[in-house]
Amino acid sequence: MTIQEVPQGRLRTPFYSRMSELDTVNSWHEWKGYTTPDELYCAETEYFAIRNATGVFDLTPMTKYRISGPDSLEYINRLVTRDMAKIKPGRVAYAVWCDDRGQVIDDGTIFHLREGEYRLCSQERHFDWLMASAIGFDVSVVEETAEVAGLAVQGPTSYSVLSNMGLDGLGELKVFGLMHFDFQGAELMVSRTGFTGDLGYELWIEPAKAEQLWDALFEAGKLHGIRAIGVHALEMARVEAGYLAAYEDFLPAKATLRTGRTRSPLELGLDWLVDFKKPVFNGRRALAEEQRRGSTWRLVKLDIDGNKTAHHSYIYAKPKNNKREIGFVTSAVWSPICKQNVAIGTVRMPHGEIGSNVWVEIYYQREMHWSKAMAKASVVDKPFWFPPRRSATPPGPY
Amino acid sequence: MTDKYDAIIVGGGHNGLVCAGLLAKSGKRVLVLEANDQVGGAAVTREFADGYSVSACAHLLYQLQPAVRKDLKLSVKLASDDMTTIALGDDGEHVRMVGNKASGVSDADARSYRGFRKRMTRFADLLGTYFNRPPPRLGTKDFKDVSVLARLGLDIRRLGRGEMQEFLRLIGMNIHDEVVERFESPLLKGAISLDAVLGTHLGPRSPNTIMTYLYRQAGNHGRIAAPKGGMSSVTEELAHVARTAGATIRTGMAVTRIVVENGRVAGVETEAGERFDSMIVISNADPKRTIMKLVGARHVETGFTHRVHHLRSRGNAAKLHLALDGLPQIAGLSKKDFAERLVIAPDEHYVERAFNPAKYGASSPEPVVEITFPSFRDETLAPTGKHVMSAIVQYAPYALKGGWTDAAKGEFEAATIRAIERYAPDIVQRITASELLTPADIEREFHITGGHWHHGELTLDQFMFVRPVAGAAQYQMPIEGLYLCGAGTHPGGGVSGAAGRNAARAILGREKAA
Repeated sequence: MTIQEVPQGRLRTPFYSRMSELDTVNSWHEWKGYTTPDELYCAETEYFAIRNATGVFDLTPMTKYRISGPDSLEYINRLVTRDMAKIKPGRVAYAVWCDDRGQVIDDGTIFHLREGEYRLCSQERHFDWLMASAIGFDVSVVEETAEVAGLAVQGPTSYSVLSNMGLDGLGELKVFGLMHFDFQGAELMVSRTGFTGDLGYELWIEPAKAEQLWDALFEAGKLHGIRAIGVHALEMARVEAGYLAAYEDFLPAKATLRTGRTRSPLELGLDWLVDFKKPVFNGRRALAEEQRRGSTWRLVKLDIDGNKTAHHSYIYAKPKNNKREIGFVTSAVWSPICKQNVAIGTVRMPHGEIGSNVWVEIYYQREMHWSKAMAKASVVDKPFWFPPRRSATPPGPY
Repeated sequence: MTDKYDAIIVGGGHNGLVCAGLLAKSGKRVLVLEANDQVGGAAVTREFADGYSVSACAHLLYQLQPAVRKDLKLSVKLASDDMTTIALGDDGEHVRMVGNKASGVSDADARSYRGFRKRMTRFADLLGTYFNRPPPRLGTKDFKDVSVLARLGLDIRRLGRGEMQEFLRLIGMNIHDEVVERFESPLLKGAISLDAVLGTHLGPRSPNTIMTYLYRQAGNHGRIAAPKGGMSSVTEELAHVARTAGATIRTGMAVTRIVVENGRVAGVETEAGERFDSMIVISNADPKRTIMKLVGARHVETGFTHRVHHLRSRGNAAKLHLALDGLPQIAGLSKKDFAERLVIAPDEHYVERAFNPAKYGASSPEPVVEITFPSFRDETLAPTGKHVMSAIVQYAPYALKGGWTDAAKGEFEAATIRAIERYAPDIVQRITASELLTPADIEREFHITGGHWHHGELTLDQFMFVRPVAGAAQYQMPIEGLYLCGAGTHPGGGVSGAAGRNAARAILGREKAA
C-alpha cells in the first residue's frame, strides 16, 4: 500500500527537490509562505557543519525588494537610519528601519547592486511600508522574492568550496562586499554576508539555475564537509554571533498592539546604525528626543554561569530579595563551540551596563518535575563567537 | 533678496491675514506672500462680468469669531445680518427659518424645530468653545493636553445625563435619520439636510452629517450675515490691520517651494525665483499642498507623509454667479425676501439623490442650491437696477468622470438654471452673464487641493485632535519652523479666522516656552 503525499499548502523553493532528497527527519515549518526545514539530519550535526566545515541554508524565502530609479539613494536614506550614501556600488549594508516614532519595523541587509540600484532583504514583508515611503519619490519598488533563489554558504571551508566551484577572484571579496560571476550562462551574485558570525557567503541566482548551482556546490564541497542545514542549527549560530531576530529579540513595530512593546534602535544596541547627521530619516525626531531623554530598554548579551539554557528567563538585579525583575531573556543557547551558556536579553535602563552582573532565573525540568536556579550572568560587549577568519581577506584555505 | 523676516506666511487668505495681524501686533516682522493679485484667498470679491462683482468663493459669514474681531479690533460692515433661510416650495408655499423659529410648517413641526434648534445650539456651543484654542494632543502626558481633554470630558458630562447621551448618540450620526424622526414638512427636512452637507462630499445619509451641521452653528448660533462689499471687505480689513501693525503683504507672489535646509525650515522661494529667508514659515495653504508640493515628501517622515497623502479633500460644491438685468419673479416672495438666503432642497430625498451621482464621479442632474442676491442690499456689487446672484451648487465632484470640459460645465450650469427656473420661471430672460466655478476651477483659482473649501473633509476622523492628521493637530508640522494656519487645521473652514488666530497663539506660546 502506498500513502499519498498530503499537500502542505506551502510554496517550495527551487532547492526543495535537493533538500528533500537529503532530508532524513521530515521536520519543516512555514516561513513567509514557503516550507523551510527545521533540520535535515539533526541540529547539532548541522551546527558543527557551520562551525567546522560548511553549512548550506536555503535563503530563498527571505523577502527581497528591488529598489531603483533616480531617487533610490534619497529614498533609502530617508527609509533607514544609517547613511546609505557611504555604501558604494558593490557593497552591502546591515540596516534597520523605523516608523515615525523611532520604533524598529525590521532589520535587514541592503545590497547596492549597481549605481542607484538596490536590493533590500529582510525576514518580514514590508511592501506597504516601502510603498508608503515611496510617495513623493521617483523610485520603483518591486518585490522579487520569488525571482531570486538564495543560498547561505557558511563556515570555515566555505571559501575553499566556492573556489573549487570555480569562482576565481573571490578571495579579494571583503566582508559586506558583493561580486558577480558567470554561472552556466546565468549571473551569479556572491556577497560576503551571513547570519552565523563566521566566514561565509550568500549566493543569489535565478531560480531556473538553482538546482544546477546546488549540485555544483555540493560537488565542489564533497571533500570539505559541506552539509545542508535547517533553521535550528542556524539559530544556534546566530545567537552565538549576537545577531538579532525579529519576533524573538524585538517585535516589528507594525506587528505590535500594546504600547511599549516596540523597541528603538538605541534600545537594541544599534545606535551605531543611527546617523543623526542625516537631516531627515524615519524616526529621526523621535530618536533624537529619546537620546536626549534616555531610553527605556537596553539589549544585553549575557554570559551565564552553569549549563542550563536560560530560555525566556526573567532577569534580576540581585540574586535574591528582588522586588521585581529588570528584564527578560529573548534568545538563549548553550554554545558548543564557546562552551558557554549564552543569551540575548532586554533589561530596563539603567541596568545592564557592560561588565556588570545580573541574575537570571532559570526554570528547568528533570523527569517532569520543575526546578529553579538563579544563575549569575555577566553583561558582555563582544559577540560570543567572532573569529578572526570571519573578516580575513583573503580567507584561509581551511 | 535676503530680507530677513521673523515669519513668512504663505498665502494671504483670511486665516493667513489673521495670523499675520496677531504676529505683527506682537512685534514680529511678518511677510505675507499671496499668489493672487488681491488678498483674501477664497474670501474675496471680484468682478465676474462687466460691472458685476461677487464674493468669488465663500459668500456668507457664519462664524467670524468674536475673539478674532476683538483681538484685531475689526470693524466689519454688514449688508445683511441674521438672514432668514427660505426653503423654496412649489406654488409659493415656502418654509422660513431664522434662529429657533420655523414658519410655513405645522405647529407640531414648529415646536419640534424649536426643540431641535435648542439642542443643536447647546451642542454647537460646546464645540464652539473649543474652536478658539488648539485641540489637545492625544496620548501625551503633557499637563495642558490632559487638562483640556479632561475639561472636554467634563463639559460633555455637564450637559446632564440625558443630553450627554444624546450628544454622544448624535455626533457620529447622519442628519437624515434625525430629520425624518422629528419633522413632517419635506421642505424643512430638505433645508436642514442641505445645511448639513453644504461644502462637503457627504449626503444627508452619510454618517457624520450631524457634526457638519453643528459645525455650521458653532461660533455664532448659525446666524448668517453678508458683509458689505462682499468678502473682500473682510479680508481687506484684515490686511489693513496687519499692515498697520507692521506686516508686509505682497500680492502676485506665488510661493512654489518652502525651503528646508538641514531638516528645518529656512525660507520660501517664489515662482519668479525670489528667495525669502525666515526660520518660521506658516502656510495658509491646505495641508496636502503644503506638505506634498511646497515642502516635498522627502523632507518629512513616511508615516506623516502617508497620512497627509490620504487626507480626504474632494470638493463637491460649485459656485454659480449670474449677472441679472433685474430680480427674477419668485411666487410667494416679497421684494425684501431677496435679502435673505434661499435654498432649493424640496425634500430630504432630493438632497440624497443629488448626492448619488457624485459618488460615481458624475454631477447632479437635479442639484441642490443655496442662493443669495448680494446686490440687493449692497449697491457696490452691480450697476444700478441690476443684480448679481451668488449660488452654491451641489453636487459637482472635483474628479468628474471625463473631466470638467466646457460641455460638462455647460451641462451642470444648465441643470442648475433648470432647478432655479422651477421657482423663478423668468430667470433665463434676466441673465446677461454667468460664471460657473467648479471645484476644479476653485482649485486653480484659489490653490486649494480638490477645491474643497474646508481644505480637507470635515469628518470625525479629520476633526479636532486629528485635524489635519494625527500628530499634527497643534499647527506645528513635524519640521522645525513649519506651521499651518489654514482651514485644513483645527477647527476647519468657513470665514471664522479661528485657525489663523490659534496658529498665531501657538507660535507665540511656543516662543515663550522656549
